[in-house]
Amino acid sequence: MNQAAPTIDKQGQEVDKVVIRFAGDSGDGMQVTGSQFTTTSGIAGNSLATFPDYPAEIRAPQGTIPGVSGFQIQFGETNVYTAGDDPDVLVAMNPAALKANIATLRKGTTIVVNQDAFSDNWLEKAGYKTNPLTDGSLNGFRVIEVQVTKLTRLALEDLDLDSRSKDRCRNFFSLGLMYYMYSRNLDSTKKWVQDKFGKKPLVVEANLKALQAGYNYGITVEAIPTFVVKSAPIEPGTYRNITGNQAVVLGFIAASEKSGRPLFLGSYPITPATDILHELSKYKEFGVITFQAEDEIAAICSSIGAAFGGDLAITTTSGPGIDLKTEAIGLAIKTELPLVIVNVQRAGPSTGMPTKTEQADLLQAVYGRHGESPLCVLSPSTPSDCYQITYEACRIALEYMTPVILLTDAYLANGSEPWLVPVSEDLKPIQTKLLNPAEHQDKPFLPYERDKKLSRQWAIPGMAGFEHRLSGLEGQENTGNISSDPMNHEKMTAIRTQKIKNIQNIIPKLEVEGPSSGDLLILGWGGTYGTIRSAAEEARKQGKSVAHAHLKYLNPFPSNIEEVLRSYKKVLVAEINAGQLATLIRNEFLIDAQKLNKVQGQPFKVREIKEAIDSLC
Amino acid sequence: MSQGTLTKKDFVSNQEVRWCPGCGDYSVLSSVQSVMPEIGVPKEKIVFISGIGCSSRFPHYMNTYGFHTIHGRAPAVATGLKLANPDLSVWVITGDGDGLSIGGNHFIHAIRRNIGLKILLFNNKIYGLTKGQYSPTSNVGTKAKSTPYGSLDRTFNAVSVAIGAGATFIARTIDTDPKHMQETFKRASEHNGTAFVEILQNCVIFNDKIHAPVTAPANRDDNQLRLIHGKPMLFGKDNKKGIRLNAQTYSVEVVEIGVDGITEQDILVHDENVPNPSLHFLIGDLNLPAALGVIRSVEIPKYEDEVHDQIKHIQELKGKGNLNKLLKGNETWTIE
Repeated sequence: MNQAAPTIDKQGQEVDKVVIRFAGDSGDGMQVTGSQFTTTSGIAGNSLATFPDYPAEIRAPQGTIPGVSGFQIQFGETNVYTAGDDPDVLVAMNPAALKANIATLRKGTTIVVNQDAFSDNWLEKAGYKTNPLTDGSLNGFRVIEVQVTKLTRLALEDLDLDSRSKDRCRNFFSLGLMYYMYSRNLDSTKKWVQDKFGKKPLVVEANLKALQAGYNYGITVEAIPTFVVKSAPIEPGTYRNITGNQAVVLGFIAASEKSGRPLFLGSYPITPATDILHELSKYKEFGVITFQAEDEIAAICSSIGAAFGGDLAITTTSGPGIDLKTEAIGLAIKTELPLVIVNVQRAGPSTGMPTKTEQADLLQAVYGRHGESPLCVLSPSTPSDCYQITYEACRIALEYMTPVILLTDAYLANGSEPWLVPVSEDLKPIQTKLLNPAEHQDKPFLPYERDKKLSRQWAIPGMAGFEHRLSGLEGQENTGNISSDPMNHEKMTAIRTQKIKNIQNIIPKLEVEGPSSGDLLILGWGGTYGTIRSAAEEARKQGKSVAHAHLKYLNPFPSNIEEVLRSYKKVLVAEINAGQLATLIRNEFLIDAQKLNKVQGQPFKVREIKEAIDSLC
Repeated sequence: MSQGTLTKKDFVSNQEVRWCPGCGDYSVLSSVQSVMPEIGVPKEKIVFISGIGCSSRFPHYMNTYGFHTIHGRAPAVATGLKLANPDLSVWVITGDGDGLSIGGNHFIHAIRRNIGLKILLFNNKIYGLTKGQYSPTSNVGTKAKSTPYGSLDRTFNAVSVAIGAGATFIARTIDTDPKHMQETFKRASEHNGTAFVEILQNCVIFNDKIHAPVTAPANRDDNQLRLIHGKPMLFGKDNKKGIRLNAQTYSVEVVEIGVDGITEQDILVHDENVPNPSLHFLIGDLNLPAALGVIRSVEIPKYEDEVHDQIKHIQELKGKGNLNKLLKGNETWTIE
């Protein structure tokens, strides 16, 4: 089906799916290791999903539990929709990495440890009183002890590098070993090392040697088991790996190209949204302006200014940043300017847990402003879906002259999956509301005159004869002139509300996976898609009548949502918050939706959803 | 539409002006409307952007593009617009509360970047629209609604703040002198980069005559230092008073020619172009006489030019972006 597996000495045992978790100090390069393993598995044709789990501290004290950085990947020969509940293999680069993860491991799990890191000093930093490698506490696990530090240093003995630089290659030794265990080809990683460190030949050589040494160690040592995970039945085509944040960026650039409006990003650094700013800043060749503002408020306000000037204007942030931007969102609603606001949700309230995922900003997105201030809210379901939904957010903003909030989350933003590379020709066209001066020569221009959709026209500074003033003050219908007339205010409120409802006419209907009616519908939104899908499929295999629907359009809802909800005896709303979508559903449809909630800064596990299903049907 | 045919009237909008009778804002509005036909920019390329406050109603009264935004944020909105379209002449209308209190951060950062905005700060040393509270520029001891026993906060000097932020153009003018305002606004419009103008403006209701020591006709000669580039800083009825640098006290002081052997040679000559802002700071910080006119005018690259030059440079280097190539990325694999 695709590339042949590399030739190895032993015949590996075939397995259907595997979950590996790489864990080490936040400076140990676990994210690089994980993403390399991901790309290689993608090339091997596996279905896969990943989830990085890293601390908020850039470099927490070395060797301590708060400093542990993890990267989990599930890959398989059958469809994989999540990064997996619990690892089958834990790669622990130090005692802290073991201690931080041991509670989640099933007995029988393979644990690969860097034996050299289990010295008294490092054990103490991790809070171990005795050495778990020798005190019997790992009985029942399959422990593979490898002297990673020593073997890496030995492999790099001949290189003129200091020992610190050599030790930094330990992750590639471990990666090489894992490549051996899962019968992987080293070529892609070798190429990556060349491209990444090309200007430092010594570093290239060191990493390549460490990688090969790890692989060779597997060949040499009898005790290392090997496995084969065959390629999955994946749709033919060209694939790449993509994270949610990357896909958001591509969606924005695509929308800019298709709409013909230059892209303007006003942003302020905040975890976990900053990668969007980083990534977009690279693409100046597309004429993108990325403006790192002095604060969150200036970030969105500069975007509002750019929108007034005719740009496809966007701003990217995370929860606390949305709080700060809220007044300005109201201004964009009142002045009816196109604007896309990305909220990469993280655990709150307040600073909360900046690197951890949550879906608790839904009610804020839908309702969280003073006054009657409706806007459109969208949320992608998977990392690669971020591309389509970001594009949709731009299309709606530009066609309806409204701010749109795009809710992703830390899980989507940093998680990755293989993506069948699309072509731009497949994207829907975007009909902006940009005024065409030639069509307006004979009639007077009214800035808030509307089309059938209720969208106003977009006249921008520089267009002669269309000078007008926008204001946060309530304006008279059509003219926008300042007005405190009671009936006018009520009318304008109704118009702004109806305009957002009209978006329902161009969004797709809610689709259901599984039976179109039956015992139970699980309703989800955002990054929980893969988990809910996996659990629902499992339940159906057991003969249960369980369907799954996943909302991407949260305001307005798809037109058929009520019909879908009423087609099942029970509805379960599963979300990573205390019940926000459930509140919206109950409020709007008076349906007795059940709730499944988790607020731990962690995604659902498939079994948690499955248990909830089992309790309901 | 030819610029030559425009007059002040073309810049008067159809909206009824609703400031209090006698408010200093009327004369500022009139002066701005008078200057607009002379700045050499087509009307459709002129934009007025304001925040919140009495002065921030200004854009509604200008028959240009305009945006009455939210409290303190006008410089940020204007920055986005100017970056989106550097051809526009973008004017920020703000006040002492809007610009120096709630919007202080945007004010200093716009100036720091030297983005080509013209910032007119109407300083009446009071919050007017909220009916009279002390502001960051209020004199210490101001008795206002929120400070019945007198305000305690130290006072911001708007010119000093602008210098601290690295302003390339700073001027001060007064609402009682339309001619001076017009000259000053014209100079601001010609500046490359952020042009900051402080207007000493009277609030007839809540802080009447607060600037009278400077602006009242009787005080004009003795309390106004009219700065002229290249000329000694002389003032007073017979131009006998002057400003001298006192190196011992790191300050400037008022001296009188003919007294204690002082001659014109002792008087500082105004140089608005000198890169080091130290003397501009000292002059701008004078209480009485108040320095009026262009205090500082230096040339450095404009932010919007640098932003667009960088894009142009990258496009020359890499070629224009190709979307399908971008979607594909650098690392792909094929499933057959």
